[in-house]
Amino acid sequence: MKEYDKLIFEISRPGRKGYELPADRYATDGLGAIPASLRRDEPLDLPEVSELDVVRHYTNLSNKNFGVDTGFYPLGSCTMKYNPKINEELASMREFSGLHPLQPAETAQGALELYWNLQRALSSLAGLEEFTLNPYAGAHGELTGLMVMRRYHELRGDDKRTKVIVPDTAHGTNPASAMVAGLEVVEVKSKPNGSIDVEDLKPLLDDTVAGIMMTNPNTLGMFETEIMEIAELVHKAGGLLYYDGANFNPLLGKVRPGDMGFDIMHINLHKTFSTPHGGGGPGSGPVGVARNLVDLLPMPRVVKNEDGTFGVLTDGDKSLGSVSTFFGNFGVMMKAYAYILSLGRDNIKEVGPMAVLNANYIKESLKDLYKLPIEGHCKHEFVFDGLADKSTGVTTLNVAKRLLDYGFHAPTIYFPLLFHESMMIEPTETESLETLDEFIDVMRKVAIEAAEDPESVKNAPLTTPISHPDETTAAKKPILSYKQMCEANN
Amino acid sequence: MSTVKENVKYAESHEWVMVEGEIATIGISDYAQHALGDIVYVDLPEEGDEVEAGETFGAVESVKAASDLISPVSGEVVEVNSELEDAPELINKDAFGTWMIKVKLSDSSELDALLDAAAYAKICEE
Amino acid sequence: MSNRYIPHTDADKARMLERIGVGSVDELYNDVPQQVVFRGEYDLPEGMSEPELREWFAKLGAANNVLKVFGGNGAYDHYSPSVISHLLERSEFYTAYTPYQPEISQGTLQYIFEYQSMISELTGMESANASMYDGATAAAESMFMMVASARKKNRVLVSATLLPQVRRVIATYMKFHGVELTELPAKDGVTDFGVLDAELAKGDVAGVMVPSVNRYGIVEDLTGVADRIRAAKGALAVYCDPSALAVLKTPGEWDADIACGDGQTLGMPLQFGGPYLGFIACRKDMLRKMPGRVVGATVDRDGKRCYVLTLQAREQHIRRQKATSNICSNQSLMALYATVYVALMGPEGLKEVNRLSCDGAHYLYNQLLATGKFHAVYDKPFLKEFVVKTDLDVKRVNRYLADHGYMGGVEIEPGVLEFAVTEKRTKEEIDTLVKLMLEA
Repeated sequence: MKEYDKLIFEISRPGRKGYELPADRYATDGLGAIPASLRRDEPLDLPEVSELDVVRHYTNLSNKNFGVDTGFYPLGSCTMKYNPKINEELASMREFSGLHPLQPAETAQGALELYWNLQRALSSLAGLEEFTLNPYAGAHGELTGLMVMRRYHELRGDDKRTKVIVPDTAHGTNPASAMVAGLEVVEVKSKPNGSIDVEDLKPLLDDTVAGIMMTNPNTLGMFETEIMEIAELVHKAGGLLYYDGANFNPLLGKVRPGDMGFDIMHINLHKTFSTPHGGGGPGSGPVGVARNLVDLLPMPRVVKNEDGTFGVLTDGDKSLGSVSTFFGNFGVMMKAYAYILSLGRDNIKEVGPMAVLNANYIKESLKDLYKLPIEGHCKHEFVFDGLADKSTGVTTLNVAKRLLDYGFHAPTIYFPLLFHESMMIEPTETESLETLDEFIDVMRKVAIEAAEDPESVKNAPLTTPISHPDETTAAKKPILSYKQMCEANN
Repeated sequence: MSTVKENVKYAESHEWVMVEGEIATIGISDYAQHALGDIVYVDLPEEGDEVEAGETFGAVESVKAASDLISPVSGEVVEVNSELEDAPELINKDAFGTWMIKVKLSDSSELDALLDAAAYAKICEE
Repeated sequence: MSNRYIPHTDADKARMLERIGVGSVDELYNDVPQQVVFRGEYDLPEGMSEPELREWFAKLGAANNVLKVFGGNGAYDHYSPSVISHLLERSEFYTAYTPYQPEISQGTLQYIFEYQSMISELTGMESANASMYDGATAAAESMFMMVASARKKNRVLVSATLLPQVRRVIATYMKFHGVELTELPAKDGVTDFGVLDAELAKGDVAGVMVPSVNRYGIVEDLTGVADRIRAAKGALAVYCDPSALAVLKTPGEWDADIACGDGQTLGMPLQFGGPYLGFIACRKDMLRKMPGRVVGATVDRDGKRCYVLTLQAREQHIRRQKATSNICSNQSLMALYATVYVALMGPEGLKEVNRLSCDGAHYLYNQLLATGKFHAVYDKPFLKEFVVKTDLDVKRVNRYLADHGYMGGVEIEPGVLEFAVTEKRTKEEIDTLVKLMLEA
């Protein structure tokens, strides 16, 4: 295929168009009624292109992308499972996509029923009382959940609790969400095996602590075996437990966060429930809570009326407020519910175990060539600390880039921060044994290349549309638009 | 790999301080610039701002890391190196020759708590 | 027991368990305390085959009533050209993650770059980010940007004429983050800037947010506002509709520091409220306070032009609790939606969409007033949305309309209805709407 390197602005020709609208049959001049002082003066430099230009341009761009449909995508902590096609089709049904969020509830009963059903389904899967589907993504769910936590203490009249405990291994989103929610972050140390050090936790638990944010399995993919003790300690100290659902996939069918003592959690529908990541969203980050926190959830909420119809709550004394313009990413929820219905109550129990089986299979197949810092059965993912043989100078970054040449997406690299050469691999349950074997073969081949011809690995990737982009210049002299690009070239 | 300059004081957080009269000139060490990699942006205070020993006065960013700048001394910022706005790479080129801010000391006894070159070199080795 | 999304056969499992050296999959969960292992049944239906699933959705869909929409209030029924859904269905786009590996993500990175370029052009601002969740959260984060830029000032002002659901999200964010929020009152349907100077004089205002087109559909006049705010060392953020900026004065022209809002108006389906598209654009000096992903142009080792995520040191995965925001995933695919839409429409198409919507809205407005049952509330310029008041029983009218396939005005205050007209509505539909309301 020929190399395509144009911006849509560069194929623009004055007078060309890609649309057709009905003729204006109104005898009014609405725009003329708006004073010129309120109208746009500046020229509008946007592309003028034909419909076919647009179709070819974006089709060509799509060819420079790698998605789950292209190949194996073992990106740790991102749960890149297969995105079923039927879900996409159902979510675009006009009977749903044509609904205005403020149209009367009686005219949107199907949408409200689906919404309510998903709230119930997630509650059952999580072992919690109720969910809000308003949050738009995982980080947004964290923020909403922390607002629930703060609202809980506020309603109790306890204004001293301004801190939240976060493990030092946590993903950066956790402390950032705490910052946005107005909480101060206190780090609890991890033991060498990556799990929370309960002895370090104990002295932190005073009456200024609003709660703890953690995930289980933890960032290293290992189950926090002391979870029940941690829950008891935190609750005894008056705090709440927040569960980061980024790692919920391995628990599907095996463990419910509510049963481990968690009071609040978010779920990434775009991880565990198969909705696509969309190149960085839209996702959906529903937040579930225990019984005593239900009234604190944000508005609007969808409820089932006594007569069996569905309605919308827009106000509540105890509610924390609102975190979304309307109901959240409804289209994403439709896909997640289609996935839940496709699997059903029995098959969904296979999700966690098969994801865990896949992860352990890869780990055991590679640990002779890659450094496995933590032994034991991992859950849905695990971390290598780079190549076992570090003498060649081949880094995790080099290995990741070399994988691209072999048609695989790279794992998550340089996270968690616990190790210098972290390489975090999460296969998910939707991958077959044959795919895992191919990946294992390539990983072994790269390790051998690193030993025999390290420069070839350091030079990778060689087969991708671009290689080794200059990120330093990009950050030093940011060019963020076509206009800035033209200015920089002049 | 990295060098340590004699005759200046150091903070454990890798800032260097050179004192002339009541003015302290502050930058980051060669070790620090090395650890950060290519510096792409420096966030500095404005002239007239007060800084406090042990508190953040700005930040340095590389492509994939960011590090707070901690003031080794307290006082008023009397000058800011505006060259760094457009040329943050000067720090990579010559960390000890590239200062960031000049502070009018409000408590010169704070200098006693800082490290000398030998003590700082030891920290860098660890 | 394999199923269509989990491929493991019994033979596969046996081979894998053997490699791992355990006897059963359950053994891999041996470290889970026995008392938390779930042994019950999930409260879910049995699994469905694809035909059954289709049937289930069809049945639920039939319980919805897709109406001819004459309401707006933050969600607008603009036309979506067919091309867009076809391009968005390219799975190379929608099954990709955030473009962490630029070598195999140039498709995503380039469309975000184009999207940023278009948002900058529409808003008249220098730089835009890769998108936010929705208009309300973009507004709340814009407030944080102004607070972070102002240093040591911790109060923001918001106009009471901004959409109430956007103000509610702002209020929630400010409350928990610990930023003081004051409302600038409304007067005669627009922001009352009479009190602005008094508020600014208190010296603690980091920024002010006002809408470009407000909750009553009125186009606000922001002449001189930015200067007054800047004189007090504050910033101005304008909440706007990017489609409307093809014809209305831009935040850039109003000399604002930040433009934010919702891009749903760029042809996105109503979809019961989401996914939509939050956006933020700003002047250069605020760039490093801007939340979220940003894509920049650069070159690769062969000098080939390419695109990368840049300014990442502001972000949560590096800065943790010192980040400018916690946002990671945004609405990337909706940014592609907006990009393809703007590419198709071009400058003339966007203007025409606005002209048709505006003419239709004025036609409806005049028809309503002519009935004598609806009365003007404000005498101010409007684009595609307006309010009127009525003594009619609004609930009965709207129910009657719904029974006949129409969504009427949104009752924003007792007896006050907000109507919106887009290019999708025809003159005949408007005539029918008016006739039905009188019949009700």
